[in-house]
Amino acid sequence: MSRLLPHPLLSLALAAMWGLLNAPVTPATALLAGLVGWLVPFVMRLLRPGAVRVRAPGVILRLAGTVLVDVVRSNIDVARVILGLNAGTRRTGFVSIPLDLRNPTGLAVLSIIVTGTPGTLWVQYDSGTGRLLLHVLDLTDGDAWVRRIKDRYERPLMEIFS
Amino acid sequence: MSAATLLAWGLGLAQGMLVLAMALAAWRALRGPRAQDRVLGLDTVYLNGMLAIMVHGLRTGSGLAFEAALVVALLGFAATLALAKFLMQGEVIQ
Amino acid sequence: MTGADVPVWTACLVVVLALTGAGFSLVGAIGLVRLRTFYERVHAPTLGATLGMALIVAASILFFSVAEGRLVLRDLLIGVFLTVTTPVTLILLGRAATYRDRAEGNPDAPPDP
Repeated sequence: MSRLLPHPLLSLALAAMWGLLNAPVTPATALLAGLVGWLVPFVMRLLRPGAVRVRAPGVILRLAGTVLVDVVRSNIDVARVILGLNAGTRRTGFVSIPLDLRNPTGLAVLSIIVTGTPGTLWVQYDSGTGRLLLHVLDLTDGDAWVRRIKDRYERPLMEIFS
Repeated sequence: MSAATLLAWGLGLAQGMLVLAMALAAWRALRGPRAQDRVLGLDTVYLNGMLAIMVHGLRTGSGLAFEAALVVALLGFAATLALAKFLMQGEVIQ
Repeated sequence: MTGADVPVWTACLVVVLALTGAGFSLVGAIGLVRLRTFYERVHAPTLGATLGMALIVAASILFFSVAEGRLVLRDLLIGVFLTVTTPVTLILLGRAATYRDRAEGNPDAPPDP
């Protein structure tokens, strides 16, 4: 498994990408997709990536659903803020969040989730203290944001990359 | 015929909205006030330009727009990354 | 290869999806003009890069799938690519702005985490 197929997930993703690009899949393109998926990951050996182990596929699906719902909801929230539909005053500012997640891949995924959701921006992470600085567009309650990040994203990510 | 008319008008309107978005982002890129604002505006011009190309491909029914959109997305990513990196090291105090 | 060979319901759905997506993208660009500080403005383009992009990609997948009579999923690649790259550019831009503001002692600069 590891000698012949160093990165099975990457191989699968590359083969799927090749198939999608050459849309009606014929035997010839399927063969090429298999070759690309098998050979290109060997290049990754030069980069010496750390071993990434992913578990709990059910948690992955649930996290993906949560993120999808949150992205749509915060898109609408930010659109309302921009168009000035929210009554009252809006505060914007920075929130500091103590993180327990230490896995580098987990942190990378968390940064993509947080920044990909409109209204929150990952500003700085201090790996020494494990504190994350976040900029929030609509900051009504700082503690609510801390709880939201920790409960909705950090806990599932710690289960996935444990 | 009716479907073609609907597509031509509806997608034309969508394309117009995206071009307007490009113009607004270009205004921010030209206006500043600071270098990071200009880079952010330029990135948004790239993004909306890519979306406009995709809608154009829908309107003309041509699959070629996909390749163009992919190239624009790649160039936008590389350009913004290079500019952001330059902002960190290219000036002010080291 | 013109848009004429799809049924009316597909055309309606494609137009609604594309218009909503373009609308979100336009609102993002308006935010880029209207919001006051850089750290507020960084949030605006994400609108077009997430929901706006997803809706237009969905419109494209639907249109070409119906027009060609098979599932055409290659536009998903643009979606995946943008989803992965947009946070990278925004984080790096945010870092650059933070660095510059702190180096100049700007009162708007982010506090330490």
